[in-house]
Amino acid sequence: MEWKLDDDRPIWLQLSQQLARRIVTGTYPPGSRLPSVRELAAEAGVNPNTMQRALSHLEQEGLARADRTAGRLVTQDTAALEAVRLREAEAVIQRYLEAMSALGYSREQAAGLLKEGTS
Amino acid sequence: MNDYLIQCRGVRKSYGRKPALTGVDLEVGPGRIVGLLGPNGSGKTTLIKLLCGLLRPTAGTLAVDGERIGPATKAVVSYLPDRMYFADWMRAVDLFQLFRDFYADFSYEKAIAMCRSLGVEPKDRLKTMSKGTKEKVQLVLVMARSAKLYLLDEPIAGVDPAARDFILRTILTNYDGEGTVLLSTHLISDVEKVLDEVIFLKEGRIMLHETVDAIREQEGRSVDALFREVFQAGPVFGMEGGMS
Repeated sequence: MEWKLDDDRPIWLQLSQQLARRIVTGTYPPGSRLPSVRELAAEAGVNPNTMQRALSHLEQEGLARADRTAGRLVTQDTAALEAVRLREAEAVIQRYLEAMSALGYSREQAAGLLKEGTS
Repeated sequence: MNDYLIQCRGVRKSYGRKPALTGVDLEVGPGRIVGLLGPNGSGKTTLIKLLCGLLRPTAGTLAVDGERIGPATKAVVSYLPDRMYFADWMRAVDLFQLFRDFYADFSYEKAIAMCRSLGVEPKDRLKTMSKGTKEKVQLVLVMARSAKLYLLDEPIAGVDPAARDFILRTILTNYDGEGTVLLSTHLISDVEKVLDEVIFLKEGRIMLHETVDAIREQEGRSVDALFREVFQAGPVFGMEGGMS
């Protein structure tokens, strides 16, 4: 999976979101060990201090925790994982509604078209 | 242990009557990767040469790791000049032996290992190497030391974009995390994501010294975009509107 960094937001925030995404989609399964700061920083081509900040943010969000011997582990708290997944889904829905609104559809019409499209 | 690895107070430097630095106050902590950014002639190389002791300031003081610039600081500063200064009959291994004799913190083994990963044959003579390969050898010499301060003057200017990425990765993976790296460049978009903080230098003064993330948070745009605005807006100061 590629790291994508855009220009208008802090880099640590984007890294943190992409790490969270990898966790909820199972690239880093629950309970597994995350790669080290240096490995992740080298992979993404970013400053290790920036990657450190992204990982600290994951810990604050409860998606990962530091382990004395094993480095950093992905949480096994399925409720926390589900909450992040739901938040991601809401963001996708929001983007969909905004794009549909730009095309002149109301929320109801957008929802209706989505239902038709998927049935 | 000093809080600041680099400290400059009121530093001025003139070449004859031509001013290059006109009052620089700067503090940089340990373990940072810092970009020294500015257009041509803004004083980047002058500041770097002052920090490594190749030039003396006209006024003001500089310190590295709490010491005034001198033999003690030269032992902990690893400097990549903006041009090659080695005889071309030498082989990379000759240079490694020279550096091993000169600097206590130079690791010959690390230099050889870095050559291998960069695809450089250490027994080749410099004159048989391409420009990009020579730059790689110079970078190996500089990064194979475990210095407190790495001063890199335009480390990526002369190489193609693929080699640029490779060099930045080499810097990221070979600095030990405790040393500070100060690198000058005008290719900002290429280096932005590896930097902790940036210093904007303009006409011999520091205009801005801020972390990359703070700039993005406050400005909502990249350092590269900010740089372009700052250094284009200069000539139109005082005009109505200017850059909007």
